[in-house]
Amino acid sequence: MSETRQDLAKIEGTYVFDGAQSSKGYRLNKFFFSLNRAENRAAYKEDPEALMERFGLTDWEKRKLREKDWLALAREGGANIYFMYKMGSVTGDSLQHIGAAFRGETLEEFLSTRKVKGAR
Amino acid sequence: MGRIVAGIGSSHVPAAGAAFDQGKQDAPEWKPLFDGYRPAMDWLREAHVDVAIFIYNDHGSEFFFDKYPTFAMGVAKSYPPADEGWGPRPLDPVPGDPGFSWHVAESLVRESEFDMTVCQELSVDHGLLMPLPLLWSHQPEWDIKVVPVAVNVVQHPLPTARRLWKLGQALRKAVESYPEDVRVAVLGTGGLSHQLHGERFGFRNEEWDRRFMERIVSRPEELVELSHHDYMVQGGAEAVEMIMWLGMRGAMSPEVKLVHQNYYAPMLTGMGLLLLEDTASS
Repeated sequence: MSETRQDLAKIEGTYVFDGAQSSKGYRLNKFFFSLNRAENRAAYKEDPEALMERFGLTDWEKRKLREKDWLALAREGGANIYFMYKMGSVTGDSLQHIGAAFRGETLEEFLSTRKVKGAR
Repeated sequence: MGRIVAGIGSSHVPAAGAAFDQGKQDAPEWKPLFDGYRPAMDWLREAHVDVAIFIYNDHGSEFFFDKYPTFAMGVAKSYPPADEGWGPRPLDPVPGDPGFSWHVAESLVRESEFDMTVCQELSVDHGLLMPLPLLWSHQPEWDIKVVPVAVNVVQHPLPTARRLWKLGQALRKAVESYPEDVRVAVLGTGGLSHQLHGERFGFRNEEWDRRFMERIVSRPEELVELSHHDYMVQGGAEAVEMIMWLGMRGAMSPEVKLVHQNYYAPMLTGMGLLLLEDTASS
């Protein structure tokens, strides 16, 4: 029997990136995708608010980005992690920073759960 | 005619690509990974592979959700490294093989009814570029041509594990119907266990990874039966990428010879490497 959408919705601490999430996160993910271009990275560093405005982000999305509330952005905002982690190229936050925030931990607390802290 | 000589499963971790570019091959935190690829590179050099078909996924580098292909493949003369947000990696564009690639597209679409999105311009990200220079030399120039086959493992609904297996079978048919003598390796990249989002970030499962690497050699049909939910529960949400290894295995002879394997899980991802020899062609 084929798998249904409902089957995928049952893993704790996991927000499956499905059609509903992708529709909701469309603007945000398009904004993150734009950071693949050097001129957009430079534009963000120059004036983050202007780049967020250019991509039509909502007030909630802008606020959560300013607050670096990565969990809310992924859970409620529909941000996809492969796109969102590109923010690190302009804010300096590594994937481990973002992940620690997902878990409600500091970076140091998170790294203490890893075998080889330097392998990043 | 075309012949599949090798199958390779490999993780594709971006941090390892950065470590490679920074010359950290012998740094203690990376040595167990990079050393693990050397025997595979040596074996592949002796096997004289002409073309590598890469079943991999893009990570928000080339494809956006405005148009998101379930299966896309390249038919280009070359594939430049993508800018994933930090500038493109300092690697030459990877050569393609348009004649062979178009033949594969013809065979997949007409014979096997796999309706591919066919790309004449395609940049490639760590899904392909992390393992590539660890398996084939890139200096003074690339010692390999590639056919990128990009799979949607990002935006659900995803193709099933069984669909990837069938894609592999279709690729074998395509290779074997190519009139010229070409020696082909098929790769499936991604995984192994990892979860990169949500409160479950950092989840890993070494036991599952090691069993997966055993089963894909000798009992792959068990893995073909598993659902996306099974992969995500056992390996973490982003471990659903592991279905791409089934594309590789589906392209191989039923019996294969295990040539080499490696496993290292220092940080976020269980990084696996598996090199299989096709026994039908030896």
